[in-house]
Amino acid sequence: MRALRSMGPILAVLAVLLVLIALVNPFFLEPAGFLAFLKRAAPLVILAAGQYFVIVSGEFDLSVGSLVTVQVVVAARLIDGQEEATWPVLALLIVIGLLVGLANGVITTGLRVPSFITTLGMMLVLSGAVFLWTGGAPRGALSETFRMFGRRDLGPVPWSVLVLLAAGTAAILLMRSDFGKRLIATGDNERAAGLSGVRVDRTRIAAFVVSGLAAAVAGILLGGFAGVSAQVGQGLEFQAITAVVLGGVALGGGRGSVVAAMAGAFTLEALFTLLNLYGISGALEFAVQGVIIIAAVAASSVRLPFRRALRV
Amino acid sequence: MTGRSRPAAATGTAAPDAPAPREGGKGRALAGRIGSTQVIYLALAGVMLVGWVLVALDGGDFLTLETIVGIQQRSAALGIVAVGQTLAILVGSLDLSVAYLISLTSLVAAEIMAGQDGGIVPGVAAVLAVSALIGLVNGLVITRLHVHAFIATLGTALIVKGIVDHLYDGPAGSVPDSFQRLGYDRIGPVPVSALLWAAVALAVWFLLRRTRLGYRIYAVGGDEEVARLSGVRTGRIVVAAHILCSVCAGVAGLLLASRLGAGAPTVGTDGGYDLESIAAVVLGGTALAGGRGGVAGTVGGVLLLAVLDSVFNQLEVNAFFKDVVRGVVIVAAVAVYARRGARRRSR
Repeated sequence: MRALRSMGPILAVLAVLLVLIALVNPFFLEPAGFLAFLKRAAPLVILAAGQYFVIVSGEFDLSVGSLVTVQVVVAARLIDGQEEATWPVLALLIVIGLLVGLANGVITTGLRVPSFITTLGMMLVLSGAVFLWTGGAPRGALSETFRMFGRRDLGPVPWSVLVLLAAGTAAILLMRSDFGKRLIATGDNERAAGLSGVRVDRTRIAAFVVSGLAAAVAGILLGGFAGVSAQVGQGLEFQAITAVVLGGVALGGGRGSVVAAMAGAFTLEALFTLLNLYGISGALEFAVQGVIIIAAVAASSVRLPFRRALRV
Repeated sequence: MTGRSRPAAATGTAAPDAPAPREGGKGRALAGRIGSTQVIYLALAGVMLVGWVLVALDGGDFLTLETIVGIQQRSAALGIVAVGQTLAILVGSLDLSVAYLISLTSLVAAEIMAGQDGGIVPGVAAVLAVSALIGLVNGLVITRLHVHAFIATLGTALIVKGIVDHLYDGPAGSVPDSFQRLGYDRIGPVPVSALLWAAVALAVWFLLRRTRLGYRIYAVGGDEEVARLSGVRTGRIVVAAHILCSVCAGVAGLLLASRLGAGAPTVGTDGGYDLESIAAVVLGGTALAGGRGGVAGTVGGVLLLAVLDSVFNQLEVNAFFKDVVRGVVIVAAVAVYARRGARRRSR
């Protein structure tokens, strides 16, 4: 019941946006139209779910955008159009995602570097390293099987929607498990959590690993959906953080639900769709987005007695 | 039970050479005497030495007039932004909008000057006014609407980006030749732009160390609640820090406009001034959570990044490799500070 109340605002905003979209574009109400929207939203929603784990534990992950770029560029270079290379490369991408998350977590907790800096450094290292390897521009091509996940349908349902369902379910189950409770306790008050027997460092590392995994999955979907480019992941870290915060999750940790974070991502995607439909010209879209993000967060934080200091 | 709170766990992981809390070992005494500002300048000296050796082995000459001027030129714009960012971070906030603000102010300056000498004064005045306004908006959104600084300044950044991209596709306006001298002239080995940076840094240093506002910035950044209970109007301090931070970004925009001879809608983002300035501040030993650090460290941090850049340029290292090294250096530096902090305080 409490969870429902805290999710009220974001669900209301999402509903309003969806109605507005449907008014302009009736196709949106048909299954195919709505599934197309879900398909477009899937990568961001998965990224937001991953980012939620990190944020609710009291940290940031700024490396997910460049991690997505790395995934796509590495896949294109290694697969280089050969079908038989698809599955090993997919496995490799997942491993890269897990390792990057592990590195973020270990550096943040073990060396006590603020995660803002750890993941900012990781962002520089990842984007530098991958283009060092490919010589400045993406090379190679993805295989048909690889692109299937981001682009093709299984019967009437796009593959990416199935992946989204699986990822969403996994995220919810994870937050309901003991791990989820330890994670929220860590973000809320790490000292109290530590004294009651939570291994806060391990819990945080696990959160970063989840975020890395989510970025890997999002990268696989985006590679298929959008194709290979050096800009594929650009700005995604900020979009993911924005989505999570739109969902009412507090930066600094300890508050908010993963469902709300994913709803925040859907809201952001619905906002993009709506601005497009209403023909708000390319650039002004950013301005409107900025205003709406500030307004939404301001509206949701009115109840808090005072601003929590930036904890990174 | 192995579960521990973070401070306790940190002393545990800092083993084997971390001294026990009450032990007064030699390393501890040394660490106590050297502040983080000294660390960054030691690191700077070390990097210069290593750079000099590497370049010499490569058959080049590192400490030429050209490189010294180059380092100063390269670091001036980032340096000015980072000095402003120091204020925002010290007060416990941060500013992600500086990059787009730099683009905006370079355009404002070039459009108003329109190549006329008579336009310089109104142009500079307009830039300062626009940037102060953006800073005011940032500060008010954070303090009055209780939006986290990360989201507030990201939102402002998007708004400024939207306006700039909507109005401009490419470079626009022009600055008169006399204004371009700001970017290119030099007095002996010192470029005018470096003098401007030094002036901004000195002014902010004076503000932080000698004025009431400066003390209050540290107080609010250290513990906002305690500052408030001690009678500081914390909201005003945060707003003031954000206005000053944005004005610094505006000054950097002026400098870049004078270098380019025109305003450019991408000059701020191409330079990556938002994240790079935060990195430079933190590299200089200022705590990201606020309340500890200062301008001297930031200047060292910016110089360190510029010297690294210069060494890599002379060795003709791949640009992407530079990014990798830069990322590693930033994280490593902060890890060193964190360790020293944990050892000294052992809370």
